[in-house]
Amino acid sequence: MIAFIVRRIWQAMLVMLVMSMLVFMGVFVIGNPVDVLISPDATQEIRQRVIEQYGLDLPVWQQYLQFMNSLLHGDLGRSFVYNMPVSELIASRLPATMELAVIAILLASVVGIPLGVYAGYKPDSWLSKAIMALSILGFSVPTFWIGLMLIMVFAVQFGIMPAGGRGDTITLFGVPWSFLTPNGLHHLALPALNLSLFKMSMMIRLSASGTREVMLTDTIKFARAAGIDEHTILRRHVLRLISIPLVTVFGLELGSTIAFAVVTETIYSWPGLGKLIIDSITSLDRPVMVAYLMLVSLLFITINLVVDLAYAVLDPRMRQGGGK
Amino acid sequence: MTATSVTPRSSNGFWAEFLRHPVPVAAAIAVVAIILLAVFAPLIAPQDPYDLASLVLRDARRAPGYIGQGGYIHILGTDSQGRDLFSAILYGLRISLQMGLLAGAIAFTIGALVGSAAAYVGGRFEALVMRLVDLQLSFPAILLAFVVAALLGQGKSQLIVALVFSQYAYFVRTAHGAAAAERNKDYVEAALSVPMSGWFVVTRHILPNALPPLIVVATVQVASAISLEATLSFLGVGLPPTEPSLGMLISTGFQYLLSGRYWISIYPGVALIILILAINIVGDQVRDQLNPRLKK
Repeated sequence: MIAFIVRRIWQAMLVMLVMSMLVFMGVFVIGNPVDVLISPDATQEIRQRVIEQYGLDLPVWQQYLQFMNSLLHGDLGRSFVYNMPVSELIASRLPATMELAVIAILLASVVGIPLGVYAGYKPDSWLSKAIMALSILGFSVPTFWIGLMLIMVFAVQFGIMPAGGRGDTITLFGVPWSFLTPNGLHHLALPALNLSLFKMSMMIRLSASGTREVMLTDTIKFARAAGIDEHTILRRHVLRLISIPLVTVFGLELGSTIAFAVVTETIYSWPGLGKLIIDSITSLDRPVMVAYLMLVSLLFITINLVVDLAYAVLDPRMRQGGGK
Repeated sequence: MTATSVTPRSSNGFWAEFLRHPVPVAAAIAVVAIILLAVFAPLIAPQDPYDLASLVLRDARRAPGYIGQGGYIHILGTDSQGRDLFSAILYGLRISLQMGLLAGAIAFTIGALVGSAAAYVGGRFEALVMRLVDLQLSFPAILLAFVVAALLGQGKSQLIVALVFSQYAYFVRTAHGAAAAERNKDYVEAALSVPMSGWFVVTRHILPNALPPLIVVATVQVASAISLEATLSFLGVGLPPTEPSLGMLISTGFQYLLSGRYWISIYPGVALIILILAINIVGDQVRDQLNPRLKK
């Protein structure tokens, strides 16, 4: 068990190192940040000074080493565009994305899992068929399109919801939050719903297919034969048996929600990380792009690690020294 | 889901089963109809939306049903340049389908070959490939596609690379699962003892038997490629404005949505959704029919 954990953590660190190289190289090959930073009519002298200041004249591998060195000292560089430390910039945008993502995923689980278990438990009822049909719809329709529809219906037609922005915020622990004020919640509702619909469909489909398969197993037959009532069977056996894929998905989805937030934040002008990365791509703000991608990689690698370790705890087969 | 080996049954039984479900049949008909519409768009569309000479600015942003300078009815209205929206959608479908099918086909080929080769060769190579695939699958496709598209810039081939990169891993894993199950069967041993070359056994024996689960993945992946393309184009990192796919049409219509000119965004979106939905419904039915675990 300990050997498994150590090996997984070692692997995760290796992967992170590889990702940092890939991201750095990938970002390095596009565009020339000098053209963005310096106005075309700047003198040769100023040009030279700026290039040296940012270390843009060094070979790529040296820039990479410099980047890694400062990264390990907690310094992500300065944004070319905002002219402030990237770590501060990201820290100021992260809470907005986090509150959006967490609310979206809670909504998806709380609504999606019960609907899915029901649809898998009674696959032939009309309600189950309606739930499954809706989930295909939620799965198929692109997130950005649902976002547009929500804006059109609730903001343009009925005018009862704001079309964008964060609304009023309250500062707690030095960070502004929207979900603590009525006006902020009002602004949060549409983007959170938009972001959650895809996950909700996923939760519905996973728990429905899991439940359907579990209901056909001998475990359930014997539990019924033993006279355990259906409610207890669902709660104690079905939910536990479908929990492994659900935990995986829940973990992974937390990360992918932050990825999908790029779309939702763009549509609703939500000032989070997603909007920041889109803006930094269009303005070739290299330090911000690298930092965002590194952050997302770190997030995913950590989530994978945690999910793998959670497996080891949940699944007795893995506990006995196994693993991939 | 993990790909388990599928017991080969007569294809007649498969079609008979499929035809008993009206919704998937309707969806399949819709897919075929949309493909025909896209292929014959130049013959069906009332206007060539990209022939600048036929555009009249006075016709711009007209509501559905407006009769323009060309003398025909714009049944879905016109966009900000005075283009007939119905024609623009037909041409947009061509680009969207082309991107989705091309990306799907390339990802399918790479995935099928790499996956079955990994299962056949085994050992270190298999471990390395599958570890890489697992790693990639832990990142959401939209994120990978977004990053690659952002790094490569706008363009058709860049977008194909981004889509393939974000999707091939699904095919590798599926092909590997199916091929690994075939690898240990007696007929493969028999073929190898004749002896036939490894390449021949992989392409002629293992791959055809691994095909059903791959086809299921392919339908879903083509739909998701089309959706990804639209999303990327909407965000401005997909196709350039000279290649107006459905996502691009929706994106340009977005600014008019808030002022009540809904049709410029809505109708291309409806076309996109019908397409994706129909493909997914067909794929769903095929998957259910091929899933041995749902057989009682």
